[in-house]
Amino acid sequence: MRHLLSAGDLDRDKALLILDTAAEMAALSDRSVKKLPTLRGRTVVNLFFEDSTRTRISFELAAKRLSADVINFAAKGSSVSKGESLKDTALTLEAMGADAVVIRHWDSGAPYRLAHADWIGGSVVNAGDGTHEHPTQALLDAYTMRRHLRDGKGALEGVRVGIVGDILHSRVARSNVLLLQTLGAQVTLVAPPTLLPIGIDTWPCEVSYDIESVLPNVDAVMMLRVQQERMQAAYFPTAREYSRLYGLNGDRMRLLPEHAIVLHPGPMNRGMEISAEVADSDRAVMVEQVANGVSVRMAVLYLLLGGAKE
Amino acid sequence: MGSARAHDLRTVLSGDDIARASRRIAHEIVEKAKGASDLVLLGIPTRGVTLAHRIGRAISEIEGIDVPVGALDITLYRDDLRLRPTRALEETSIPDVGIDGKIVVLVDDVLFSGRTIRAALDALNDVGRPAAVRLAVLVDRGHRELPIRPDYVGKNIPTSPAEKVRVRLSEIDDSDSVEISAGEDE
Repeated sequence: MRHLLSAGDLDRDKALLILDTAAEMAALSDRSVKKLPTLRGRTVVNLFFEDSTRTRISFELAAKRLSADVINFAAKGSSVSKGESLKDTALTLEAMGADAVVIRHWDSGAPYRLAHADWIGGSVVNAGDGTHEHPTQALLDAYTMRRHLRDGKGALEGVRVGIVGDILHSRVARSNVLLLQTLGAQVTLVAPPTLLPIGIDTWPCEVSYDIESVLPNVDAVMMLRVQQERMQAAYFPTAREYSRLYGLNGDRMRLLPEHAIVLHPGPMNRGMEISAEVADSDRAVMVEQVANGVSVRMAVLYLLLGGAKE
Repeated sequence: MGSARAHDLRTVLSGDDIARASRRIAHEIVEKAKGASDLVLLGIPTRGVTLAHRIGRAISEIEGIDVPVGALDITLYRDDLRLRPTRALEETSIPDVGIDGKIVVLVDDVLFSGRTIRAALDALNDVGRPAAVRLAVLVDRGHRELPIRPDYVGKNIPTSPAEKVRVRLSEIDDSDSVEISAGEDE
């Protein structure tokens, strides 16, 4: 594995290798000395064209726990705001000897371009591109589900997952559908018709417009953030109507089976797609998702950079 | 060439030899530690862990108390990571009692260059501060590349660097044995 660009690039064995490696990384994180010498002397660049606090910090912590040197490159206040192209930025990073570039970009496909344009020799990790993909988020979600629903072992055969909200703009949903399908889970997407992408019928999943009919039949439900910044058109009449029709409140949470968990990739809009009662309940695993994110990203960086260059 | 290799395989320890060596090592560990109360056995995956469990059971039979046994994967501490494709990690499980102030006995199947043990000492450093660290191996085949020596040895087996030592344990393989085969070109 040289790059991680899409959750769809991972076959079952590779996905399980990442999850198993993440489990070992998580066990190491309980120790008093959390640092490992594994990536000493390697340089990881966090190249973030789009605002993100938690993903960047998560990657930064993961790289530092493995003793890599980390450079944070944010578009704001950098040469990018002066008009530098992606290519010139990449050539600069290559000249500085970056072994891996973790890239978040507002354009779908930017990580693919960076990986395949022969600008840089290192690995590329997609940390979210436009409305396309966010593979490490899907991996940490799968890791979290596996821990709660499959005792931390094997794949997710037979696990039923509902993903609710703005599918149209969600890279998290796309990556999750691809990875969960690979791991054998069954996914049902729930959204108003206006927030489903064209061609949804070709995705390997079910689609529903009715959250209350889906909830009793899932083992995990993932609530997506309503992305105000991407809502240039009128996708739904009012925020209150969306919340009433598609939000997860306490009453709806009680429709879930006893063992089911509630996930959210964050940041949450409390009172919008998820009520405070749900967000603060025992079933909500958001805080754990954050911790699991560091372990999963450590696993990805180790598997990409830990061996000889291919 | 393929058939010739099979003839080169010679058994240097039988199942009974391994059982006797493990029991003797268990006795020696207890003798040197003056009991079993502060002992923690950590096996190095894969077969070191199996051996650690066997030695742990033998110590329990001798002393009548359970000895904590765990596993210490050293992959992330290896000095040759960059020379080979990425390796999958093995399990690490440190017993709940921890290793601070304990006598830690590292257990591995074969001692060769000593680099694995060097990595294990680094790994232990991140886990805690034992009172002492000791090393038990089933086979010492020589050719050390670092100043490391075992405290407990099942059998010293002189080998040439090109030869291969294969340890088989019934929990993982079908039976117990240690075999030496002539070196193969890789």
